[in-house]
Amino acid sequence: MSLDQSFIGRAYPPTRPYEVGREKIREFASAIKDESPLCRDVEAAKAAGYPDVIAPPTFAVILSMGAHDAIVEDPQLGLDYSRVVHGQQEFTHHRPIRAGDRLVTVVRVDDIKTRAGNDFLTVRAEISTVEGEPVCTAKSMLVARGTAEGEE
Amino acid sequence: MGVRISEVAVGDRLPELSVPLTRADLVRYAGASGDFNPIHWNERFATEVGLPDVIAHGMLTMAVAGRLVSEWTGDPGAILHYGVRFTRPVVVPDDGTGAQVDVSGKISAINEDGTVKVVITAKSASQGVLGGATAIVRLPE
Repeated sequence: MSLDQSFIGRAYPPTRPYEVGREKIREFASAIKDESPLCRDVEAAKAAGYPDVIAPPTFAVILSMGAHDAIVEDPQLGLDYSRVVHGQQEFTHHRPIRAGDRLVTVVRVDDIKTRAGNDFLTVRAEISTVEGEPVCTAKSMLVARGTAEGEE
Repeated sequence: MGVRISEVAVGDRLPELSVPLTRADLVRYAGASGDFNPIHWNERFATEVGLPDVIAHGMLTMAVAGRLVSEWTGDPGAILHYGVRFTRPVVVPDDGTGAQVDVSGKISAINEDGTVKVVITAKSASQGVLGGATAIVRLPE
């Protein structure tokens, strides 16, 4: 069955704060083999004008993906997550994520489309500090393969 | 370290990057990112859902392709916008070698606000794995 179009525009409550740690940034940078000292060395980061080590540009996926759970596990939406693949991803950084940040994420459904038996779900995650400073906007397009079979 | 806005022109190519990815790399990325989908580490599960073998996380491919830009600028924080489409999975066989992602890119625009647009190409086994991959970066004066 196709996904319910009335979910377009729906926003979910903010996640609980995520505390960005230096070692988590280092672990993520190592996992993507990013050797940048700005992700590892506080002095190097300060010399580049940052208050602490900064995260690689795709680190925000940890927050956006975690927040997506509210949508993909919403029984009312009825998404079959075992059929979901990642179609597109984009990050707009208002400033780099850095160690010491306490971040909350609000996700909303931007769009739902059905094409050739597949559902295309566009989800936007607004990541900001607990004080309300915008940090990153992450847009994801998720494709649920074959879930809209027999329609269209 | 790094490149300045006065040093670049439309059409300039960035230094290329080749990134090997093994099963161990996928397990490490799963742990770091929190994405434990078994299609990224369990061959039995991957083939059951119709994949040829275990595949890399799309987000890992996006991350290593993004290094092309952050290593060129010397500052991961210089990337203001980064977007990709996942067009084809990176298949990572358990053969001791794994896969390789080859990343290249060039400057496609220098914008009026002083930012630079980079178009990124990522290939594995000679086939494109990302579509429409672009980054907007702010370079120092």
